[in-house]
This record gives sequence, C-alpha cells and structure tokens, in this order.
Amino acid sequence: MNEALLNAQATVLAGQAIGAGLAMIAGIGPGIGEGYAVGKAIETIGRQPEIKGTATSTMFIGCAVAETTGIYGLFVAIMLLFANPFLKFLTGTN
Amino acid sequence: MGFEVNVEGPRRMFSILSESGEVVFSISESVVTGWLVILIVLAACLILTKNLKKVPETKRQCAAEYIVKTVNNMVEVNMDKSSMAYAPYIAAVFAYIIVGTLISMIGFRSITADISVTGGLALMTFVLITYTKVKFNGVGGYFKQFINPLNIIGEVATPVAMALRLFGNVAGGMIITLILYLALGSASGALYNLIGIPPIESLNGYVFNIFQIGIPAVLSIYFDLFSGAIQSYVFIMLTMAYIKMGKE
Repeated sequence: MNEALLNAQATVLAGQAIGAGLAMIAGIGPGIGEGYAVGKAIETIGRQPEIKGTATSTMFIGCAVAETTGIYGLFVAIMLLFANPFLKFLTGTN
Repeated sequence: MGFEVNVEGPRRMFSILSESGEVVFSISESVVTGWLVILIVLAACLILTKNLKKVPETKRQCAAEYIVKTVNNMVEVNMDKSSMAYAPYIAAVFAYIIVGTLISMIGFRSITADISVTGGLALMTFVLITYTKVKFNGVGGYFKQFINPLNIIGEVATPVAMALRLFGNVAGGMIITLILYLALGSASGALYNLIGIPPIESLNGYVFNIFQIGIPAVLSIYFDLFSGAIQSYVFIMLTMAYIKMGKE
C-alpha cells in the first residue's frame, strides 16, 4: 500500500469520525422536545389525576415520534462509524 | 493497550458460495433466532390455551384471558369496534417484537437490532395501511393524494421511520452496552496495574475484569428491558394509529 493511499484513507477515516460526531448533534432536538412533552404530561396529570393512564401512554407515543429525528442522526453516526461507506471509493473495492 | 471496538451485524450462520467464492445466499443469525422466537411464542400459546373451560379454573386460563382481553381493549380504544379483526395481528406482532428484543437477556442477539427484521415488520404495517386506504377510499381516491408530490415522501417516510425507530433504539442500546463493557474492561486493567497484581486469566485466556461484574446490569435494565418494552409498545400503537388514519 503506497503512502498516498494511506494518507487518503486516514483523511477519510478522520472525516467519518468528525461526521459521526456532528450527526449526533441531532440529539439536541429530541431531547428538548421530549422534555417539553413530559413536562406538559406531568402538568396534565397534576391537574387531572384521573386520566393518568391515558396521558402516560399518549406521552410515550409522542415521545417515540419526537425521537425519530434523533434516531436518524444515530443511524447516520452508526453507519459512518462501523460501516465505512466512503472507503470503497478510494480503492474501488471495500 | 489496544482495545478494539468491533461492532458487527448479525453473524452468517450458513452460506452458499459460488464457484469463485462469493456469497450467493446466506442465512443470518437473525433468521435462526427469529425461528427460536416463533417457537417460544408458539409454545407459550399452546401452554396457555391447553384444555380451556367455559368457567376458568386454572391460573393459566386466567392469564390467557387477561392477555386477550387487554389486547382487545387496546384495539377497541385506539381504533374502533369495527376493527377487532386486527387484534390478533397486533398481538402477534407485539409478542414477536418483545420476545425478539428481550431474548438478548438470555445471551442471544436481539433480532430487532437487525434492520432487515424491523424493515420487514414495517413493510407489513405499510401493506396494511395501504390496503386500508385503498379499501376505504378506492384505488382512485388513494392515488388522488399524490397530486401533491410531497405526499409521496410522507407515504414512504412512514415505514422507514418505523423501521429505523425500532432498529435505532435497540441497536443503539446494544452499542452503548458494548462500549460500557470495553470501558469497564480498561478500568479493571488500570486497577490491576495500580495494585500491581497480574490479571487473572481464565482457562480460555479471557481476562477476568472485576468491574464487568454487576455494573452493566444497571444500564441493561434501561437499555434492554425498559427501552425494548417501550419500543415494542410504541410500534404496535403506531401501527394502530396509522391504520386508523387510513380509514379516514
């Protein structure tokens, strides 16, 4: 393996690591959103304790849907870290 | 100290190779574990429903009736009375996902940590949603919504999001547990160096890491038990919600 290819691979790996880190910034949004949803659900339960069951299950559904964008970010990060999708452009094969 | 993070997809249990040595067809670990999950669910069903009486006498029958009643009630609340035909499907998908996720508790790899499995489940839901939409709006009514091309994205994003949500949660938990194991392993190595004792090796050559005992179980309660149960619940709730939306 010549030195130029090795350098290019190192650059690609570094870029993947940085990209994975940047992708996880997507975790901010769901964190804020879910916190807000849970806070509102607790407010509701405090006001009307009799609908605790319904409020809790609706809150979990809402949290799961809100989490979707964060999961997209996690998926991209996992792909970048463990599947090495860009290395194959250098050598032609994987 | 060279610790290697080695996250792999499901192992290939069986492969058919072509003459040049390329993999033509392979059966992954998820398929094998998936059949085990099906057998577990089947055995549970057979045991629970053995010689039923009109008036329940055994605890077994009470448990079976409780499960059926809970699922029926959930379908009735979240969909409506005319959709009770979906209840067995919902219960089956729930049983498959929750047993398949929690099977990691006894040492197997969670089948839902494989995107092929969650993709298949999401595809089944997508077929059901499309069927319901076509049934209630007609073929013309179904395709009329695509006059606005943005709706195509929305239509495709539904199963993709469902598959990725389940996969991302379970696989993410798995990777975090793995990284925790590595961290605790290196912490144990540092402790051995500090005290100055040589690491204790077992017969197979594995190093006995003191911190790896018990501590991962605490995180496992959240990432395996709680997260897995919540995500299977969310999956069936979303299935019901989307099918109900398709009826309008």
